[in-house]
Amino acid sequence: MLVPGADFPHLCAQCEDYPCVEACPFKALSISRKTSAVLVNDEKCTGCGKCIEACPGRIPHMHPADKKIVICDLCNGNPQCVKVCQEGGWNVLKTVTRGEHPYRLYARKPEEQTRSLAIKLYGEKAEEFI
Amino acid sequence: MILGYAGKFLEIGLSEGAFKDVTFDDKLLKDYVGGRGLAAKILCDRLISKWEELDPLGPDNVLLFLPGPLTGFFPGGRVCVSGKSPQSNGVVGSTVGGEFGVELRCAGYDGVIVTGQAKKPVYVFIKDSDVEIRDASRIWGKDGKETNTLLNKECRRLLSERYPRYGEWKEPAKLYIGPAGENKVRTAVVMAKWTHAAGYGGYGAVMGSKNLKAVAVKGTGPLPEVADLGKVRRMIDAVDKSAYENVLWRRWGTGGGGYSFAAKSSSEPIRNWQEEWHDEKGYGVDQFESRLWVKQSWSDFGCGTNCMKIAQVKSGKFKGAITDNPDYEMEAYLGPNLGIFVPEENVFMASLIDDLGLCGIQTGNVMGFAAELFQRGILSKNDLDGIELKWGDTEAFAKLAKKIALREGVGNLLAEGTYRAALKIGKMKGKDVLQYAVQSKGIGIGAHGIRSGKDFSTDIGYACSVQCGDHTSITDLPVDGALGEVWAVFNDSAICCNFSGGFGLPRNLKFDFYNAVTGLELTRQKWGKGGGLKTLQIQRALLLLGGPDLKWNPKVHDDNPSRFYEPLPSGPYKGKAADRTSVRESVQKYYQEAGWDENGVPKSETLKKLELGDVDKALRKLRK
Repeated sequence: MLVPGADFPHLCAQCEDYPCVEACPFKALSISRKTSAVLVNDEKCTGCGKCIEACPGRIPHMHPADKKIVICDLCNGNPQCVKVCQEGGWNVLKTVTRGEHPYRLYARKPEEQTRSLAIKLYGEKAEEFI
Repeated sequence: MILGYAGKFLEIGLSEGAFKDVTFDDKLLKDYVGGRGLAAKILCDRLISKWEELDPLGPDNVLLFLPGPLTGFFPGGRVCVSGKSPQSNGVVGSTVGGEFGVELRCAGYDGVIVTGQAKKPVYVFIKDSDVEIRDASRIWGKDGKETNTLLNKECRRLLSERYPRYGEWKEPAKLYIGPAGENKVRTAVVMAKWTHAAGYGGYGAVMGSKNLKAVAVKGTGPLPEVADLGKVRRMIDAVDKSAYENVLWRRWGTGGGGYSFAAKSSSEPIRNWQEEWHDEKGYGVDQFESRLWVKQSWSDFGCGTNCMKIAQVKSGKFKGAITDNPDYEMEAYLGPNLGIFVPEENVFMASLIDDLGLCGIQTGNVMGFAAELFQRGILSKNDLDGIELKWGDTEAFAKLAKKIALREGVGNLLAEGTYRAALKIGKMKGKDVLQYAVQSKGIGIGAHGIRSGKDFSTDIGYACSVQCGDHTSITDLPVDGALGEVWAVFNDSAICCNFSGGFGLPRNLKFDFYNAVTGLELTRQKWGKGGGLKTLQIQRALLLLGGPDLKWNPKVHDDNPSRFYEPLPSGPYKGKAADRTSVRESVQKYYQEAGWDENGVPKSETLKKLELGDVDKALRKLRK
C-alpha cells in the first residue's frame, strides 16, 4: 500500500531455510512433507507475530478476526491463484518444481518490492510517491 | 433482514462531530435496493418539503456514499455518490469504481450518510466499527495525487501503530476531493484511487462545502452473507468468462473510442460539438497503447475484465504526466473537443484534471464552450484573463483548467458549469450564447452524440433523462425498452459495473445475480414496470422542484441542446441532425408512458399507484 496503483500479491516465497518455522516459540509452524510449504497449526498459534519479524519479506499475514497467522500452504499442491491467473490469461503466476529457483531471493519486503514496481511503472516520477 | 446487506448504515453529523448507526426496513430496501435508488429515497424522505429552497452547497444538503447489495460480489466493485446536485438541482446517482464499497461492506456498513458541515477541514477514517473524524488541515489544498499519497501514509501509520503485530496492510480505500472540490467548483468530482471519479452531479463541490476532504475505510470482516453462495460463485465465473472472451475489450477498454466514435459513428464532440467526425489515425488506440501505457491490465479488486490501463507521458513537454487509459470520455472531452489530437497532450490534460479534482466531461464541456465563444469573438483575450484560447492549444486549456479549479478570474465564472456560465455570459455580453452550450438541465452531455444515429444514444436520451446529460443514464421508448433508464437505475442501485464482463452478458444475468445474493425473486419485467419506476419518479420530481438558483421548465428544458439540430458539417453522415418535430413527439410519448402529464410532471395517479403520496403532495404546486 505504499504507492497508490502499485499493487501486487505479497505471498510466501517458500524459503529453503524456513526462518519463520524456526522463529515460532510455540511450534505452531511445520513443513508439509508433500509440498514443502509451511503449515500453520491454529490451535498452537497465539498470534504473537514472531514469524512476521523473522520473515525476510515480512510476509506472514495476521488474520484480522481470528488473530492467527496465515501463510500460503500452496493449496495442498494445487494452488488456486495460479489456476485463475492462467484461466484469466494474465499468465503472471505459474507453478514450478521445487529446487528450480533460489526462493529466498523473492522474499522481499513490501517497501522494496513497491519501490521497484513503482520505478518500473513511473520511472523517476515514482520518487514523488514513495 | 434481506441477505446480501451488512445490516446498518453509518450516519455522520459533521456539525456536531457525531455519528450513529441507522437502519432501513426490508420493504424499503426491496423497493430501492441501494446506491442510486436508496439515495433518491433517503433524500426525498428527508428533504422534499424544503427541496426548492435547499442550497446544494449549503450545510443542509445530505451527502451519500452508498454501495449496493452486489458491491463486492459482482466483479468490479463500485459505490454510488449522491445528494442534491449542484449541477441539476436534482438527484444524480454517480457511481465510481474502486474498493471503497467493498471495504465499507467488510467494515459492516451498507453506506455512509453525511449531514451538516465541519467547522474546519476534516477527513473520516473508518476501521470496521471504529469511526473517527480527523483533522485534514495538512491535506487541504493538496492536489489529487498528493492527497492520495499523504492519506495513504497517514492511514498506514495509524494502522501499524494500533495493530503492531499485524504485518503489512493493503491500502484502505479512499474517496477524496482535489482543490476544485474544496473551492466548490460545480464541475468538481469525488475521486477514488488515482484517477477514478464520480463525475456527474458535481458532488466534489458538496464534499468541499462540508469541509470534508476524504473518507478512508478499512474493513476486515467478511462480506455480508448471501442466499445462495454456490450460485453467486457461478455467476461471478460467468461474468469473468464473458470478459475473457472479449479479448480486445480487455486489451483496450474504452480507449478505442477516441478514434472509432469519430471515424466510425460520427458521435464524438469535436471543438465543442461543431463537428462529430474526424479521421485522425494518430489518435488511434494503438498509439496510446504503444506510446503511453505503462500498465496494460489494471482493475479494481475482484474484476477479471481489467479494462483500465495506466498511461504515462515518457517524452516531450508533458513528460511525467500519469493518468489511467484515458478512457473514451476523457479522450474525447479533453482531446478533440478542445481541438487536441495528440495522445501525449490528452494524457497530460487528463492527468491535470485528476490532480485538480475536476470532472473531465463537465470541465471539457465548459472549456470547449468558452473556446467556441473565443472563436466567435464573443469572449475576448481580455475576458479570458489574457489566455488566447485557441483550439488545440493544450497549454492554454491547462491554464484555464487551473483557474477553474481555483476559481480565479474567468475561472470563477466557468466554475459554475456550462449552463450557469452561459446565462451569466449572455447577460454580460447581451447575446444569446445558450445556443453554444451543449448541455441538458445543467449537466454537460456525455461524449455520445445523437445526430448520426449510429451511437447508442437515442434522440430523447438526454432530453428526458432524470440525470440529464449523463450518458450512462439515457432514456428510450418504450420506457422499459432496450436502453430504458430503468436499467440504468438498477445498475446504479444494485451496483454493477457497466463494463465488467465486456459485452454479451445474458439480459437477465444481473437480476439472477441479485436474486442469488438476496434470496428475493426479482425479474426484469417486474423491475421495468415497478421498482425501477419508483426511483425514476422521485428523481424526476426532485429535478422539477429545482433549487434556489435555477428551476427547470419541461416545455423548454426537456429538449436537446440546439447544436444537435444543426446538421453535421462533415463525415459520412454529413447533413444529418436531430428532428425537432419528431423529438417533440417522442418527448410527449415518453411523458405518457412514464405516467407524466403533458407538462412533464408525474401524475397524481401514477405516484399514488407507486405509493409515493408524499411526492405527489410536494408536486401539487407544479400542476397549475
